Amino acid sequence: MAKKISILIVDDEESVRDSLYNWFIEDGYRVECAENATKALSMLESDNFDIVLADIKMPGMDGLEMLKRIKSLRKDSIVIIMTAFATVDTAVQALKDGAFDYVTKPFDPDDLSHLIRNASKQISLLEENEILKEKMVSLENVEDLIGTSEAMQQVLREIESVAQSNASVIITGESGTGKELVARAIHANSPRKFFPLVSVHCGALSESLLESELFGHEKGAFTGAVYNRKGRFEMADSGTIFLDEIATISPKMQVELLRVLESKSFVRVGGNKEITSDFRVICATNRDLKTMVEKGLFREDLFYRLNVVNINVPPLRERIEDIPQLVDYFIKKYCISMNKPVMTIETAALKRLEEFPFPGNIRELENMIERAIVVGNGKKISLKDLPLGKTVVNTTVESLDDLEKNHIFQILSKYNWNISVSAKALKVDRVTLYNKIKKYDLKPAK
Amino acid sequence: MNLENITLISFGYFEKGLLEIICDDVEHEFSVPVKIRDGYLALSEYYDPARKQYNGNELLKVIELRFATDTTKTLGLFNVDLFIPILTYIFGQAFLNGRSGIASIYRLSNERYGIKKDQTIFVDRIRKEVIHELGHTFGLIHCSNPTCVMRSSTYVEDIDQKEHLLCHQCRSEFINRSTFSSSL
Repeated sequence: MAKKISILIVDDEESVRDSLYNWFIEDGYRVECAENATKALSMLESDNFDIVLADIKMPGMDGLEMLKRIKSLRKDSIVIIMTAFATVDTAVQALKDGAFDYVTKPFDPDDLSHLIRNASKQISLLEENEILKEKMVSLENVEDLIGTSEAMQQVLREIESVAQSNASVIITGESGTGKELVARAIHANSPRKFFPLVSVHCGALSESLLESELFGHEKGAFTGAVYNRKGRFEMADSGTIFLDEIATISPKMQVELLRVLESKSFVRVGGNKEITSDFRVICATNRDLKTMVEKGLFREDLFYRLNVVNINVPPLRERIEDIPQLVDYFIKKYCISMNKPVMTIETAALKRLEEFPFPGNIRELENMIERAIVVGNGKKISLKDLPLGKTVVNTTVESLDDLEKNHIFQILSKYNWNISVSAKALKVDRVTLYNKIKKYDLKPAK
Repeated sequence: MNLENITLISFGYFEKGLLEIICDDVEHEFSVPVKIRDGYLALSEYYDPARKQYNGNELLKVIELRFATDTTKTLGLFNVDLFIPILTYIFGQAFLNGRSGIASIYRLSNERYGIKKDQTIFVDRIRKEVIHELGHTFGLIHCSNPTCVMRSSTYVEDIDQKEHLLCHQCRSEFINRSTFSSSL
């Protein structure tokens, strides 16, 4: 049911107060009256009124003065000024002082109802705005970083202390520990939170693609560049750029990146105009950058530029006490997304989870729970629903080519080496698939 | 409170038999017997020469003071143009969940707007206005249902668009309120 709008009528004439009272009460509003501004202000201090309908000419404090006082009490209050002696000057003054509207007595009955309906709409919009703002903040809240263990609490403290600054951050930790969530939490708690957080997965892109992705390109810069495109640095203006798997970028890109970080300006691929962007950099890696620097695989100057603050996210095996809470969180998350009643987990199954090493960390646990909800009986997750015998996430370091080769082989095997069907499943044409089979020397298993 | 009847009191000139036509519908809507009678007031006392209209607030007060009783719902009917200080005109008004109300037939005829007289439409509008104001005395507030008689009307066209009946929601509210007040 909609909220009942409350109206405070302020007028020294009893007949006006009575008339308005009767009119609005029949419309179902909550109505109260005050015969002067002083009484109205004291009523406003003790009660919240959505709309104040005030006469401009009253003995003592007039309507305009009262309007200023109300606005200093509550900036967003809706005040409608009424008068029997309308002049353009007073109307303009009232509106300048923050009145919602200005009406001349007597009003047409329809005008009065319209006025209040518009004011009510404004109130709903303001309330809706507040709710949406709250939702927006909670979307990127640290609530997603689950855990009460000391290791996790230390991470939360570090996020809190680094968020307000503009310093570059490197987030380290094993694969699947939630490095991107940490980056999101830093951004969400920083002064840049109302601007974009732009993520780039450096490991998934070749050198030329990454260059175009980060800096953008001009139309005609290369084959396929059919229009101008903004780069991620440009998109992250006033916000944060998150560079995941930073250790995988090539030496050439390391030089380019260092230059951009130092000057905060760059040129689009194929362009000649210098573009400036104000962004904060957060990087993540599962490799030991310091060792890479020592081996000459990563530029030392870039490392020190990025590594102003280092946050290390602990692996799940070092915070076993967080597992029950994480399990609860994932059960709720997937039961809701699959539109199933929220399940529970058997004590024995939970105990086994706590003993499991989780080489794939939280991502592995999440996948396990999702699978258990899909295959389970719908009430309780038991030991048989959990694939604890084998690891769900393959964490052995593979090259992109290895991944591609394995995936193509799996699809081909699934469709009995039917090239047309397999190409359709892979969303490539048959020639491409033939070329890949030749490249990787794939043959049907005997 | 044990409600005995609804009393419609006409002040000033009304065509003979005009109110009798709507009696059955009013009685049917509120399940209370309806009585009709003439009343007398010196209307000139309520006339505002500056506005050339009659003060609805003062008329409502006098109906409440001199004609209303605890065992009736009293509606004063006038054939003059009514106003309240803040509005250019009103069709009627009533005490919400109170004993009395007023309504005017002055602005309900087609001739008032330069259109050909239509007695059926005129009577229909009176019927709706009477039921609407009495609805307020039974505690019903304005309804957003476009066909409900408790829908707020600022122009005669608005009155024509609605029915003379309470919608399902207003009827439930009326029954709840009647049950509650009769149990007191």
